[in-house]
Amino acid sequence: MTFTLTFYAVTASLLAISFFRDREKTKAALLKSWRSFENILPQFLSVLMLIGIMLTLLSPETISLLLGKDSGWYGVASASVIGSVTLIPGFIAFPLASALHKSGAGYTQIAAFISTLMMVGVITIPMEIKFFGRKNAVLRNSLAFIFAVTDAVIIGAVLE
Amino acid sequence: MRKTVKKNIKRYKFFFILLVVSFALMVYDFKLGMDSFRLTGVNMLEMLSILPPVFILLGLLDVWVDKALMIKLTGKGSGIKGAVIAFLLGSLAAGPLYAAFPIAGVMLKKESKFSNVIIFIGAWSTTKVPMLMFEASSMGLKFMLLRFLLNLPVIVLIALITEKALSEDEKQVIYENAEKMN
Repeated sequence: MTFTLTFYAVTASLLAISFFRDREKTKAALLKSWRSFENILPQFLSVLMLIGIMLTLLSPETISLLLGKDSGWYGVASASVIGSVTLIPGFIAFPLASALHKSGAGYTQIAAFISTLMMVGVITIPMEIKFFGRKNAVLRNSLAFIFAVTDAVIIGAVLE
Repeated sequence: MRKTVKKNIKRYKFFFILLVVSFALMVYDFKLGMDSFRLTGVNMLEMLSILPPVFILLGLLDVWVDKALMIKLTGKGSGIKGAVIAFLLGSLAAGPLYAAFPIAGVMLKKESKFSNVIIFIGAWSTTKVPMLMFEASSMGLKFMLLRFLLNLPVIVLIALITEKALSEDEKQVIYENAEKMN
């Protein structure tokens, strides 16, 4: 929250500086902001709807069940897949991870879940393709998936 | 006029399909359907609270940082310095990963080096400062630091591999696409 406020304050200051230095340029910048936003709006809305549907079907309880105590390799695999296909905001994901940990999930499963959640975005791949093309988007996500799982195994080995 | 309507229907096609799915879910199980809409609403508010500064910064970046400066900072030949700048830009950001793509688009348009744009995306996805603080408070400092240290080389590796894997022609297509989109 504090960070978001700081982010707003910095942006507002920059906007003010821009406005005093060159009104025309600032107008062009804001027009540009709006156009970029509108350009990507269909994908944004679709992503939000998809998150809503998926999070309803995959409730925190379901996730806990899949990644909980003694889930082992099966748990690591499901953690990675769930992390890749869902898009859970950090303010929900970290408390969830902490709850999972308290209910007995291992560090490996949790790290696999968090890392894939952050780096791999199956739902947002249409957006990524729009900017980066199919090959790069698929390659980046596949690499991120492999490295996220590797990370998780190392983290598990160190912390457990 | 009719053409724009037609074009927009096409653009929002997937969104409409999902809307229908949500309503179907509501018919199947009213509570489940309502939950889904409520979650979409919560997420939308969250998104709308963070997106205005992201897109305003994008506009300012496009107008004030010209191509020459962007090339000097993060373009070909910017070396380690360029990679560090791209990393810091991504880490100091806010918002979900998909908000990074339009900004990456502006970087491509201004001819940032390809691997630096991928480093920017990588940093945005994993090493955002507020998320790290949140992670440390919920999972412990050790967990956060370990994941952070492991992810630093990962971000660089992904950038290097994708840079090598794509041919010059393929990259050219991506740069031209960025030019057209903005």
